[in-house]
Amino acid sequence: MSQSLSSSTPSPLWPAIIAAILLFALGVILFPIVWMVLAAFKLPRDVYTLSLFFTPTVENFGTVFEAPWNMGRRIVNSLIISITTVGIAIPASVMAAYAFSRFEFMFKRGLFFLILSTQFVPAVVIILPFYLMFRDLGLLDTRTGLIIVNLAIVTPFAVWMLKGFFDAVPLECDEAALIDGASRLDIIRLVIVPMAWPGIIVSSVFCFILAWNEFIFALILSRENAVTLQVGLVNFRTERGDLWELMAAAGVFIVIPAFVAAIAIQKHFVAGLTGGAVK
Amino acid sequence: MNNDRITRYLLILPAMVIVVGTTVWPLLSALTTSFRDWRLKRSPAPEKWVGFDNYVFAVEEPEFWNALKVTVTFVTLDVVLTILAALGLALLLRRAGALQSITKAVLILPFAMSPALIGVSFRFMFNGEFGVLSKGIGWLVPPLADVVWLATPGYAMAALVFSDVWHWFPYMTLMILGGLAAIPVETEEAALLDGATPLQTLLFVVIPQLKGVLAVATVLKTVFALKMFDQAVTLTGAGPGITTQTFAHYVYTVGFVHYDMGLASALAWVLTVVLVIVGFFYIRLVLPLPEKTA
Repeated sequence: MSQSLSSSTPSPLWPAIIAAILLFALGVILFPIVWMVLAAFKLPRDVYTLSLFFTPTVENFGTVFEAPWNMGRRIVNSLIISITTVGIAIPASVMAAYAFSRFEFMFKRGLFFLILSTQFVPAVVIILPFYLMFRDLGLLDTRTGLIIVNLAIVTPFAVWMLKGFFDAVPLECDEAALIDGASRLDIIRLVIVPMAWPGIIVSSVFCFILAWNEFIFALILSRENAVTLQVGLVNFRTERGDLWELMAAAGVFIVIPAFVAAIAIQKHFVAGLTGGAVK
Repeated sequence: MNNDRITRYLLILPAMVIVVGTTVWPLLSALTTSFRDWRLKRSPAPEKWVGFDNYVFAVEEPEFWNALKVTVTFVTLDVVLTILAALGLALLLRRAGALQSITKAVLILPFAMSPALIGVSFRFMFNGEFGVLSKGIGWLVPPLADVVWLATPGYAMAALVFSDVWHWFPYMTLMILGGLAAIPVETEEAALLDGATPLQTLLFVVIPQLKGVLAVATVLKTVFALKMFDQAVTLTGAGPGITTQTFAHYVYTVGFVHYDMGLASALAWVLTVVLVIVGFFYIRLVLPLPEKTA
């Protein structure tokens, strides 16, 4: 395959042109990340220059943990909200995905369609009623409130991805267990979950990234106690101007778990948004 | 076996409760609110029913048409540039090679970065005084040297589009690479043997076979471009003025800056209807595929 395109292209320059374009693409992809990480190690005076030569400092990583930035608490909020969201969404989605994978039932296609179509509902329409309800229930600025709304983003993707992974588990496995007298819940617990374990991990990690990066819900529903890392970024815009070096330091904390998670499920990442429909 | 009949419904129940409770209920609730007069600054509870007044009022506001124009401009530029960049890069990444492997390995990073943080980083890079991108572009293209990107209408839009293309094109590259891998090599070899030039092979043999993947990528990108909100807050703040105020940001402003819940709900529903129509095409494209490939 690699030769087929070039065989009738005699130009010896071709490989060099491709290499140059790829280097440019690499630069485009990596530069914004590198530039932000560099800024996190700069003193304020160095942030305002374009020089690549500066005396690195780790001071910013300490400053962001102090008041009024309270990065420690924001990390805890972001972790608790994302992990709890995934912890609720994945078991519920495992059961639903199993039913969609194995059974025929009334309105099956319609219900699956309904779950899938909820991912197209814009966050602003979801947030209006929740804001009003949480105001009445005292759930504004709480982690509980944010976990509830985050379930809206994560669940449709989880059901879709998991169904794809369960479809790949042979029906014979269920049947063998049924003959042995196992209940459906036993089958899910003892057959499907172990066999589709890699798929469940991939789905959980993908959902974690979605919840971890969520911004609009937290922006509207949190004030101080439940502020997440993402919304914390906005607070670095002060009357003194944007505190770039602190934003960058906070950015490093935002990016590390997301990058680790993405690299861990690298091979399946594309399946995330499309439920594996596009391989 | 017999109680399977009930089991199947019990199994989907928790997920249905989540979906109905977190999406269907808010949608319906916003729909009823959209027919009422409810300004939070005046009254903590909804006031009188006003029929379609909010919708009529919405289309009489110049801000509505501005947000519509901004959104259409943004979505068009964003989708076209993202898909073209992704297609181009995917075609170059088909060959084996060290540079190709390195590039493929970093393709997931921009998508894993949060849109809010992307907005902040690009705001930093497009800063008028010391932004590395505004300075770099000014150095390469001298007429642009004095442009203050985020304070100049067309340029702020360009920065917004650029940040979202950066976020998405590597992910779409991966998706298109998946589609390329499924094309049998023989079709290309046959075309080349028949005397087609590489360009003809690409245009008339390879790209037609990518139609399915390109359609999914385009519709998916359109949906997410229509929903784009985070960078409108953290990169441009909808400015200068309201020249980069997308529809989602407009709904947010009406709801949570002016606290006009009735009008915000009506606007949110307009956006929802558009998105669900586009989303419907997407599901149609994607849902029959597993049966075909299985």
